[in-house]
Amino acid sequence: MPEETKGLVLAGVGGQGVILAGMIVADALVRAGYDIKQSEVHGMAQRGGSVFSHIRWGPGVDSPLVPRGSAEVLAAFEWAEAIRWVDYVREGGAVVADLRTIVPPGACDDRRSWSTAYPTIDPELFLDRRLKARLIDASTTAADLGNIRAANSVILGTVAAFCGIDDAHWEAAIESLVPRGTEEVNLAAFRAGRAVGDAQVPVPAPAPAGFPGPHLIDVNHAWCKDCDICSRACPEYCLAVDKFGKLGIVDADACTGCRLCELLCPDFAISIRPPMTEAVTTNG
Amino acid sequence: MTIDSTIDAPPGTDAGSTVLLSGNEAVARGAVEAGALMAVGYPGTPSTEILESISGRDDIDVRWSPNEKVALDVALGASIGGVRTLATMKHVGLNVAADTFMTAAYTGVGAGLVIITADDPGMHSSQNEQDNRAYARMAGVPLLEPSNSAEAKEFTQLAFAISEEFDTPVLVRTTTRVSHNRGLVELGTRNVPESAGFKRDPSKYVMIPGYARARRPVQLQRLRELADYAEASALTVESGSRSEFGVITSGISHQYVREVLPDAKILKLGISYPLPLERIKEFSESVERLFVVEELDPLVENDIKAYGIAVEGKAFFPQMGELDPDVVRRGFASAGVVPEPPPAKPSLLTVARPPLMCPGCPHTPPYLALKRLGAVVTGDIGCYTLASLEPLAAMDTCVAMGSSIGMAVGMAASGGADDPVVATIGDSTFMHGGIQGLADAVYSDANITVLILDNGTTAMTGGQEHPGTGVTLQGATANPVDLVGLCKALGVKDVSVVDPYDLASTYNTIEAAMAYVGPSVVITNRPCVEAPTKVRDRPYEVIADKCTACQACMTAGCPSIVWSDELFEGRRKVVIDTITCTGCTLCAQLCPPLAIVAVPLPEDNREDSTDA
Repeated sequence: MPEETKGLVLAGVGGQGVILAGMIVADALVRAGYDIKQSEVHGMAQRGGSVFSHIRWGPGVDSPLVPRGSAEVLAAFEWAEAIRWVDYVREGGAVVADLRTIVPPGACDDRRSWSTAYPTIDPELFLDRRLKARLIDASTTAADLGNIRAANSVILGTVAAFCGIDDAHWEAAIESLVPRGTEEVNLAAFRAGRAVGDAQVPVPAPAPAGFPGPHLIDVNHAWCKDCDICSRACPEYCLAVDKFGKLGIVDADACTGCRLCELLCPDFAISIRPPMTEAVTTNG
Repeated sequence: MTIDSTIDAPPGTDAGSTVLLSGNEAVARGAVEAGALMAVGYPGTPSTEILESISGRDDIDVRWSPNEKVALDVALGASIGGVRTLATMKHVGLNVAADTFMTAAYTGVGAGLVIITADDPGMHSSQNEQDNRAYARMAGVPLLEPSNSAEAKEFTQLAFAISEEFDTPVLVRTTTRVSHNRGLVELGTRNVPESAGFKRDPSKYVMIPGYARARRPVQLQRLRELADYAEASALTVESGSRSEFGVITSGISHQYVREVLPDAKILKLGISYPLPLERIKEFSESVERLFVVEELDPLVENDIKAYGIAVEGKAFFPQMGELDPDVVRRGFASAGVVPEPPPAKPSLLTVARPPLMCPGCPHTPPYLALKRLGAVVTGDIGCYTLASLEPLAAMDTCVAMGSSIGMAVGMAASGGADDPVVATIGDSTFMHGGIQGLADAVYSDANITVLILDNGTTAMTGGQEHPGTGVTLQGATANPVDLVGLCKALGVKDVSVVDPYDLASTYNTIEAAMAYVGPSVVITNRPCVEAPTKVRDRPYEVIADKCTACQACMTAGCPSIVWSDELFEGRRKVVIDTITCTGCTLCAQLCPPLAIVAVPLPEDNREDSTDA
């Protein structure tokens, strides 16, 4: 038995099964005879937010939280979460990262650059930090075995190589904790994870050209009857009908040129022009 | 005198075996072994799983109350009735129960009464991080602070004994890192003490001024006796050998101190109020420098200073946020006790991942409507508070459980809001603290609209039952409170019910209610998509050729919709993750070019149907 306490961090996104995976790791370590502590956060974090489970084991564990830079291994169920938690791994430790990407809608709100805030998949990030990196595609491995839901067991199989406890304990923990009827596929997935090779890193798609500048919203008030259709439809909340019932432009800079208002206007009272072009006089 | 319970522990949890339990499960187990016959509370992170973990037992009455005040009233009544009772709540829940709590410290108990306050330093799931150790000082009741799962069980069990020995409610304080930490716990047997039943004693239980004045010295004398108890208690533990400095600590902070200073001299306070000041004085004399490491407020530090003992604490350790081994190490480094840790490498840039409303959440459409209608929205506590974030950004206030309605009354009365004022509140929160607010709206003829988002569960904490759901925590059928009938009975004349999945109806109904002069109520009636049952319909998908990249669907903030790599006129088209899509149809209703359609069933053949 090692004298010092070791740590493991599991990280993923709410709904990915991080908490159950953490319980499997904890159970395996208990079966191997260690004192263990496991800490996680419930509640708000599970609404699609980051979810983590810290596990520490040894002859007698004090803090349930893994100190930064001390974990033997980080098991990341999603790429952006691997990046978030990598600081917790000790130098020379391991990162097992599933290449699955779960892009939060908040990463898709920059309508200036039209580029996402989601980090590019780049294994060099870990090598720079002198970490052993294992990038895997657990979902495909699990799907090949017949149940994509066993992907977490594939990840645990890869993680097991860095924990130094007998496979029998892992397999007993998996058998006792996975949903009834899925024991076989999860055990197969665990064994496959033990042997799985590194996944092909996908080539990122080129970012769009970007935003040429706000489009110009031209409202012909002589034709507008303030019917409110355009302001209800505008995805950028550029237009609004004020408390006196008059249509006005409230946020001209936000217009991305989707032209919904122009297309929906029953009175042809709106025209949207791209930036840097001459105004076309339609009337008056 | 005790009698052995004849009811077996659940399989795998036999007495004598050692199992992994969360702090919450361990607290519940402690109450079970102490022979509690009743456990009552209101859900709130991080306390919720205490009651849930024993709801399957048939030898203990486990129940949700509509709020923490009622829970503590029920618990005090049961205790005075002669049975050991556990009351559970989160830290802010004790604010709600404080009225009963303060005077229960005067009445004392019948059988043991233990109150769990699960604090949330760092505000993982809370609106504040108040330090509830202050409540023990204010009420004059003993406070126990377990630091791991084994202690959570042991201390809860002991708290029942202390409660009876000293005739007082006992406060047991856990924090997120104790409640949601799993550790090894050795299970014991359940022993149910014989109940003495209710003993009529008005001078003890009827707190009119004349009787209360007589209870006050009893309460103060009890505190002195409890201080003596803490001095001699096995829960006041000294460890370590190095005498250059000593650390006084309690709860989870103890684990961090041991982690950072494995051989330091530590005085651990299992009973952290009243303080064993003589032991602390003795300890202070055995060390050259004395520290207190405590999460949040300097309560122990100030008490020790007031006793005339030199001690250092908040000069090095933060008063806000939770501690962890890294924070404690930095604190001791700034005090010159340990070397400075090496500077951390800059973190890698990653994407923010705030919590979101789930795909198909029935709360999304009403907030989309409120944003378009330009209402001033006083919000409340629940999943729907997430509507305050982009892209919905349709909530202006959120303070405490049930505050939305009273705040709307005040905001409307102030005349300061240009737009109509709408209070939004969930069904469980309405049951908890909203009903009186609505009574005031009627009483004061407030020109507000109250939107009750009835999803049939307490969703934020994972889907608990409440008086409106018609089911109890232990699965029995109950009489559901009728929301429409209740609002009408309170005197609201304009009450309407709308299906939130019908965006146009939702918009029109809310708009009409906002135009009504006087208090109006709109109730949405779709169940939560996650609890009590997962609601999943045919998922929807985007026909990429039809998508004009207008981003209208993105205004809902659905986690299942993200940008694709395809462009239209330089803008990103969108794509739906059909695995997580619940088929709520909201995005399809928002899509102007009708590019969002249900995923065809395998037997569908769209070509054939067009031909026909």
